[in-house]
Amino acid sequence: MSFFDLARIDDPVAARRAFLGKSGLLLSGTAVALLSGRDVLAANTKGGTESDVRILNTALAAELEAIAAYQVGAESGLLQKPVLELAVTFQGHHKEHADVLAKTVSKLGGSPVVAKAKYTFPTEKLKSQADVLRFAASLEKGAVSAYLGAVPVFGDRELAKAAASILGDEAMHWAILRNAVGEAPVPSAFVS
Amino acid sequence: MTAGARITIASALACLAGPVHAAGDPRAGEAIYERCGACHSLSQDRAGPRHCGLLGRRAGSVPGFDYSVAMKRSGIVWSRATLDRFLANPAATVPGTSMGYAGVKDGKERADLLAYLESAGRSKECR
Repeated sequence: MSFFDLARIDDPVAARRAFLGKSGLLLSGTAVALLSGRDVLAANTKGGTESDVRILNTALAAELEAIAAYQVGAESGLLQKPVLELAVTFQGHHKEHADVLAKTVSKLGGSPVVAKAKYTFPTEKLKSQADVLRFAASLEKGAVSAYLGAVPVFGDRELAKAAASILGDEAMHWAILRNAVGEAPVPSAFVS
Repeated sequence: MTAGARITIASALACLAGPVHAAGDPRAGEAIYERCGACHSLSQDRAGPRHCGLLGRRAGSVPGFDYSVAMKRSGIVWSRATLDRFLANPAATVPGTSMGYAGVKDGKERADLLAYLESAGRSKECR
């Protein structure tokens, strides 16, 4: 069962059951632990799910901020077509990420974080289209690093796979934004 | 977490932290800090707390920031040694932290990053 399939199940109980029943190595370990009465190991894997929920919520908080940042850029009056359309498209991707992250947190029994009432961005430094694009690129680069750092620590490998999928999307955003300001779109063979 | 456990974590951080690489290069550290840019900044709380004033600050103590219970109860005071250990493996150092990040595994990179954070703490943005 994929992360995206899980997010589409409306009934939280069914989703949790599906997650607990079909999500790969971690849950196989849970089942083995329960069947053999190894409560400590079972508790540890439950803790693994709680840990995954925390990671998902942190990612969600960053996605919500990215959505707000693109909104600031779109409303700045500094972006010209077709760059404006590109920014709105990227914002749409972040909205999709946020939506699936929030639904997954809920399905796993957590409470998804919500957008802050107010975000503070360095708007005083944004004087041109290039400034806005560089700022967006810095957020995308940070997002790539954040997902890269999250992939190894998810207990459930399907969640890690999903995070890697989002990472790929953010990396494309970063490359295109770099290209748009005349920087090498792919500065190195590896990201960190 | 009990008070005893908090003391244990704090003591372990103080005593067991590996040798912190000496000086570190703040300019190299600034580039490494870009990895933190989705969640952190120097002067603003974002998905993660601000970093101005980090060294010497008690973990989980920025007013108004919504920390994990684990971080608030960790008993850690951030120093080069405690940060070095935390950044090497956040989840192992503070189980239950919201910082779902594998860590900066390279000791030289951590030293550079810490040098940058130390330097940035004295910058105009943090004053």
